[in-house]
Amino acid sequence: MITQGTFAFLPDLSDEEIEAQIRYVIQNEWSVSIERTDDPHPRNTFWELWDLPMFDLNDPAAVLAEVNACREAFPDQYIKVSAFDNRKGRETVALSFIVQTPDEEPGFTLERQSRPGRTLGYTSRPYAADRSHGERYSSR
Amino acid sequence: MTTTETNGETAEERWGAGVISYKAMGYWRPDYEPSDTDIIAAFRITPQPGVDPEEAGAAVAGESSTATWTVVWTDRLTDHTRYQGKCYKVDPVPGNEEQFIAYIAYNIDLFEEGSIANLTSSIIGNVFGFKALKALRLEDMRIPVAYVKTFDGPPHGIVAEREMLNKFGRPLIGCTVKPKLGLSSRNYGRVVYEGLRGGLDFTKDDENINSQPFMRWRERFLYCMEAIERAQEVTGEIKGHYMNVTAATMEDMYERAEFAKELGSVIVMMDLTVGYTAMTSMSKWARRNGMILHLHRAGHGTYTRQKNHGVSFRVIAKWCRLLGVDHIHAGTVVGKLEGDPAMIAGFYDTLRLDYVPANPAHGIYFDQDWASLNAVMPVASGGIHAGQTHQLLHYLGEDSILQFGGGTIGHPMGIAAGAEANRVAVEAIIKARNEGKDYYTEGEEILKLAAKTSPALLAALDTWGDVTFDYESTDTADVAPTPS
Repeated sequence: MITQGTFAFLPDLSDEEIEAQIRYVIQNEWSVSIERTDDPHPRNTFWELWDLPMFDLNDPAAVLAEVNACREAFPDQYIKVSAFDNRKGRETVALSFIVQTPDEEPGFTLERQSRPGRTLGYTSRPYAADRSHGERYSSR
Repeated sequence: MTTTETNGETAEERWGAGVISYKAMGYWRPDYEPSDTDIIAAFRITPQPGVDPEEAGAAVAGESSTATWTVVWTDRLTDHTRYQGKCYKVDPVPGNEEQFIAYIAYNIDLFEEGSIANLTSSIIGNVFGFKALKALRLEDMRIPVAYVKTFDGPPHGIVAEREMLNKFGRPLIGCTVKPKLGLSSRNYGRVVYEGLRGGLDFTKDDENINSQPFMRWRERFLYCMEAIERAQEVTGEIKGHYMNVTAATMEDMYERAEFAKELGSVIVMMDLTVGYTAMTSMSKWARRNGMILHLHRAGHGTYTRQKNHGVSFRVIAKWCRLLGVDHIHAGTVVGKLEGDPAMIAGFYDTLRLDYVPANPAHGIYFDQDWASLNAVMPVASGGIHAGQTHQLLHYLGEDSILQFGGGTIGHPMGIAAGAEANRVAVEAIIKARNEGKDYYTEGEEILKLAAKTSPALLAALDTWGDVTFDYESTDTADVAPTPS
């Protein structure tokens, strides 16, 4: 349901396909990071990092092993692989794709606040945030 | 009497009342070495029969700087050689006996800081109607870093835009709402919603959608915002609609832009027709208010297309990067509008690179150092469809916006399916490229394979797969690259 990430509209990537993308990232001398969340709100920029970005890791299979370890630890969360390009003028994410989507995607509700002049204030609220703090963050 | 002028005339010959040649007035300076802070222009000149090309080049230098048609003694109250435009080189154009490229250097003090209006009033102000020339075209300009640094440039640039949208690693995908004219606000919003929920990142007002009797701007903005928010709810992605704030006055434009901001839009747009000053004002507004600024180059074809007369689009692109837009339409190569691949590559480099090396095969006359001025996202729009995705990526690169208008809305299964087809095509080609495939030559097969799991893409390929616009370009480079 959530269509974030570079390959959201393609069938789920197999491990081989993920490894191929990681190989491309390493060839470009970008660093890989793995991030996870239960709340993929479009403006939730800072997902939880799975360890630090892998600055010096040059083996796609080893990165894939980290992806799988993260999947195992958080089977019900969104997980994405991001590549960071530190070249001048870019210094940002170069590629970012989701490698795990939970079976149950709670999604969002759109709340509207009536304002003067027929304008509306909009809030997209994630259902994931309905769960208690303890439920969301104490399970690791 | 001592000689005081570079060309060796006596003061009487130089300053006596009456008409002397532009060369004699000092606008032809073959010995001159442009300084690092000079602004340099390359003009394609077509002198009238019998007019010496160097005199024609000197005339262009004169008329675009200090000269008038006759000698004036008041020049002598100034450090006039400093303010004179200096034509320092005139090269013949290969394969064209009529045309020459004249290189003219201008002292930086001729131009007001941060003002494209002032720069253009000098460089293209009077000189294009000059009788001694049959035709004149401004091909390129070298903007010195010292002058670049007097401009703010794009309010956000490619990096900040991608971070704001949380979209990386692929071209962004858009669609202009069609029909361009006549839809009511509510129906218009429907098109926006269907396109965005289907998979587009952006939808767009067309250049001539401002505020007409069939749809006033305020109503359009309200329904578009509802469409955007709904699509964000459904997809979990940031979505945008370029709200066109082009209007008759600056006050109207600010009012519309403020309203778009209050509603929560991430982007507004304007048309090139509003002029350089209005565009610069909107750029400063967009920077102050955190809004992406999209520019539709409405009208440019009237002066950019013909090779012998006008202003090359690469110059317009430079001016717009300086005055500061985040997006600009810059050609598609494969679509329905003018665009030679080599020329378009030059435009895209000019907009995106931090340092653009001279490249005659791409029409780039000068090295251009942008000195970290933000990059502009080029927009490809006009007669493109999913079946061309591999070509679009090959010619235009990843940091671009592909706008499929008819190629989304005309989809046989509906607008959302059209959007999905485009998104699937882009993602499939990017994935194949990253995997190391030769996506350009294998593009059709990659798309066909992707269509096996996407009925929407399959239908798009069936509908438009073989549509091409194969016409000869009018704006081309003088030199072709020689294979080494």
